Amino acid sequence: MGLSLNLFKKVDGFTLEVEWAIEEEMAVLFGFSGAGKSMTLQMIAGLMTPERGRIILGDEVLFDGHTGINLSPQDRSIGYVFQDLALFPHMTVWGNIAYGLRGPSKKDAAVKVAEMIEIFHLEGLEKKRPAAISGGQQQRVALARALIRQPKLLLLDEPFSALDNPLRLEMHQYLSGIARKYRLPVVLVTHDLHEAYRLGDQIIIYADGRVVQAGPPSQVRNNDLILKAKTFYNGIL
Amino acid sequence: MNSDLWFSLRLSLQVALSATVLIVLFGVAAGYLLARKNFRGKELIDILFTLPLVLPPTVTGYYLIILFGRNGWIGKVLYAWTGWSLMFTWYAAVLASFVVALPLMIRTTRAAIESIDPHLIQASFTLGHSEMETVWRVILPLAHRGLMAGGVLSFARALGEFGATLMIAGNIPGKTNTLPLTIYTLAGSGEWSQAQIAVILLTLASAFFLYWANRTTRKVF
Repeated sequence: MGLSLNLFKKVDGFTLEVEWAIEEEMAVLFGFSGAGKSMTLQMIAGLMTPERGRIILGDEVLFDGHTGINLSPQDRSIGYVFQDLALFPHMTVWGNIAYGLRGPSKKDAAVKVAEMIEIFHLEGLEKKRPAAISGGQQQRVALARALIRQPKLLLLDEPFSALDNPLRLEMHQYLSGIARKYRLPVVLVTHDLHEAYRLGDQIIIYADGRVVQAGPPSQVRNNDLILKAKTFYNGIL
Repeated sequence: MNSDLWFSLRLSLQVALSATVLIVLFGVAAGYLLARKNFRGKELIDILFTLPLVLPPTVTGYYLIILFGRNGWIGKVLYAWTGWSLMFTWYAAVLASFVVALPLMIRTTRAAIESIDPHLIQASFTLGHSEMETVWRVILPLAHRGLMAGGVLSFARALGEFGATLMIAGNIPGKTNTLPLTIYTLAGSGEWSQAQIAVILLTLASAFFLYWANRTTRKVF
C-alpha cells in the first residue's frame, strides 16, 4: 500500500517536475523554501491539479492526466496537517476531532473521538477552543483530527516548525508511534535537516522543483544540498 | 405623534425588514460566489451590484422603472401574465430598498469570507466534507459577525431609502409613504413639529444600528 507519483506543473515561472515512490514508511521531503515540497503535498491531496502526471495510492489512481481521473480531496482519504494546523477556531477540541468523521452515528463518533483524545493525551481539554490550549496540544489535536477517519496516507506540511526543541522531539516520538501503529505511508515536509534524518525512512531532496536525490538517510549524506545545509546548521549531524 | 406618522413608521419597518430578508439571502450567496469562485465577468458583476451604492438613488430608480415599469423589460412580461404591476405598491418600495442596500451586504460578506484562512476550508475538504457542508459548518460560522454587520447596515440603509423609492413606489399617503418620504411631505407643507418627531426617530434608529454593526464586527475569536 505505497504511494507513487509523477507530477508536472508550471505556475508563474516555476516548474515542478518530480517522480518518486514510497512504501508504508515515513518519507521526508527536504529542501529549501520554494522548492516545490508543499506544492507536491497539495497535489497529492487534490487541493491543486497537476498539468500532467499520475498519483497512485495503494491500488487506487487518485489522478491521471491521460485518462482524466481526478478524485476530489473529499474522496482521497488522506490526512493532511497544515503548517498553521488549520484548527477550526469556532469549534472545541472535541468538535475539531469529531469533524474528521462523517456518517457514523453520534454514539459511534463519540467512542472514536474519546479514543483519539486518549491516544493523543488530550483528556480534560475536550471543551476548550484551540486558542486556549498550548502549541503542542494544538499539534496533537491536528494529528488526531487528521487520523480519526483512518486515512490511507498522512501528509504533514512542516507542522513542527513553530515548536521549540523539547516539544519538537516529543512530537517526533508521537509521529514515529503513529507511523508504526497505523501502518500507513507518511509524507513529511521539512527544511530542518535534523528532523529529516531523525524521522525519515526515505529522504527525498527537492531543489527548484526537481528531485535531486532520494533514498534512505545513509545513502543521501553526500548530496550538495545536504552539505550546504550541514554547514548552515554548524555540523549538527 | 399622529396616526399618519404611525402608519409611515410601521410601513418603513415592514419595507426595511422585508428588503433585509431578501438582501441577506441574495447577498450571502452573491458574496460567497464573488469571494470563492473565479468566473468570467466576475468583476463586472461586482461593479454592477455595487453601482447603486454610489449612483444617485434617482438614477437607480430610473433603471428600475426601465426594468419593472408597466412597459419595462420585466414589468411588461409580469403585467401580461398577471395583470399586475409592481409600480406604486409597497412591494416597489421593498425593491428599491433591496437594490440600494444590497451592495452593503455583498461587500461585507465578500470581505468576511475572503478573510477566512483558506487552509481552514481546504482542511474541511480533506476531512471529507463537501463544499455545501463546509459552507454551513466552517465558512458561515466564521463569517457570521461580518454577515450580521452587513445585515444590520443593510437594514439601516433600507430604512432610510428615499430617492429610488420615490421614483418607483411614489409617495402615496396611506400606501407607499415611508417615513423618509413623509418627512419630505411634512417639511414641504410646513408641519415642522411632526417632521421633527420623524427626524429624531430616524436619527436615533440609524445611530443605534450603526452602533450595533460596529459592536458586532469588533468581537473576534
